[in-house]
Amino acid sequence: MSVLPVAPPAASAEDPGPLGILATAVRRVATMCLVELQRLRHDRSELITRAVQPALWLIVFGQVFTRIHAIPTGDTPYLDYLAPGILAQSALFIAIFYGIQIIWERDAGVLSKLLVTPTPRIALVTAKAFAAGVRAVAQAVVVLLLALVLGVSLSANPLQWLGVVAALLLGSAFFCCLSITIAGLVLSRDRLMGIGQAITMPLFFASNALYPVELMPGWLQVVNHVNPLSYEVEALRGLLIGTPARLWLDFGVLVLAAAAMITIASSLLPRLVRG
Amino acid sequence: MTGDPAVRCTGLRQQFGDTVAVDGLDLEVRPGEVFGLLGPNGAGKTTTIRMITTLLPAPPGAIEIFGVDVARRRSAVRRMLGYVPQQLSADGTLSGRENVALFARLFDVPRRERTAQVDAVLDAVDLLDVADKQVKTYSGGMVRRLELAQALVSAPRVLVLDEPTVGLDPVARDGVWERITAIREATGMTVLVTTHAMQEADTECDRIALMHRGRIRALGTPAELRGAIGPDATLDDVFRHHTGDTLADRSGGLRDVRAARRTAGRLG
Repeated sequence: MSVLPVAPPAASAEDPGPLGILATAVRRVATMCLVELQRLRHDRSELITRAVQPALWLIVFGQVFTRIHAIPTGDTPYLDYLAPGILAQSALFIAIFYGIQIIWERDAGVLSKLLVTPTPRIALVTAKAFAAGVRAVAQAVVVLLLALVLGVSLSANPLQWLGVVAALLLGSAFFCCLSITIAGLVLSRDRLMGIGQAITMPLFFASNALYPVELMPGWLQVVNHVNPLSYEVEALRGLLIGTPARLWLDFGVLVLAAAAMITIASSLLPRLVRG
Repeated sequence: MTGDPAVRCTGLRQQFGDTVAVDGLDLEVRPGEVFGLLGPNGAGKTTTIRMITTLLPAPPGAIEIFGVDVARRRSAVRRMLGYVPQQLSADGTLSGRENVALFARLFDVPRRERTAQVDAVLDAVDLLDVADKQVKTYSGGMVRRLELAQALVSAPRVLVLDEPTVGLDPVARDGVWERITAIREATGMTVLVTTHAMQEADTECDRIALMHRGRIRALGTPAELRGAIGPDATLDDVFRHHTGDTLADRSGGLRDVRAARRTAGRLG
């Protein structure tokens, strides 16, 4: 047997203050993102299967609506207009069911084990949220490659691509934490699956992913304005195909929404563990 | 802090609605011993373990780990604990090495020591040769040993095991206990274990506390507990003597049964 590490004689570590929690959160985010990449490396098939639905949206819906010019998008071809929306949708679909993984982790004892590490709840939830973002970004690569093959004109500016990654991470973090929050309330996989299915399409249709806001009826425009997905799509569209975007507002809303939802999800984590 | 017990619970109490799960529990676990917490389903063992491991809140002063208050310094307490839950909790998608490295990172094991420490604990549980294989190819006993490695990689002072051998065949069970014994001898760590297996408790634990309805009904070495009942008594007899044998008392919660079935199911 190799020489085993032996514990120090006494616990000297103090509980971390706000700065300590922030530093821990950064380290945990890096750890969980690494684990997500390791999982993807071991099982790449999910990237392909999850690409089927966005591929259908781009190949069938996008190409047909481009030909019939049913949705006015100015000088921008409809397929180009649609691609960032489908990118956001694919990230949304990954993140919104992340709560199911949390419930599985609770049932399998993984969550308990994670919570017995020196990781503040909020750091753990933040790490999970950005791990979902990493998976969404990996998925986005597949969707964007498909968009390029279909002839969508995408920006070549690397800074804008970094912005795309940031928007996807923040959007996924919000929806992942929304999912963890629902998991903390309903406590069962079946109920979460039902609610997840019930809210994903309304979130998608009540956003600017498929059509310009101006085409929406008044009540839908109101919903669109409080839907974080719309800000994510606007940022992605501005960065990827150069349409007008209020990037400061978009990223401001995404940062605030993600921070708020991380806080709410963290507060429900103990309930989830007890449930 | 020198001379403090590894675990001290004082008047520990936990209530869920009208149900009192832990009812004024007093307990001291000595440094370096293997301490068994026994009792029927619903006795309060898991609730006690969850409070000790910070998973459930405890009032200030009710639990101390080597003199450190669990309620006031949770993070410091967690750094002293290694925890293996009842369920098989390793990530089947990842390799054994990645599973252990994850916990090395979560416990902030310094990068320069991480590789050596991960290898050392994998070696200690005889999994170094298969460390790079995906865990979904491991047997149930191997997964349990891997979980021990995950708990040990941070060099904990107290190893908390919740039903570590449930669902394992006798060979795998012996394999798990052989590693626990060897690791304890090598490191001097304290082991707190819950189990339903009386024979296992008899042979592996230095001292045992028998819980029933949230309280400790008997405490001592296995020999002391057996001797108190009669010259030929077994730990099964001790268990029956202190807990009664009514079906209602032994049925346990649905959650306990589900968890045990899930674990057994995953073990095949």
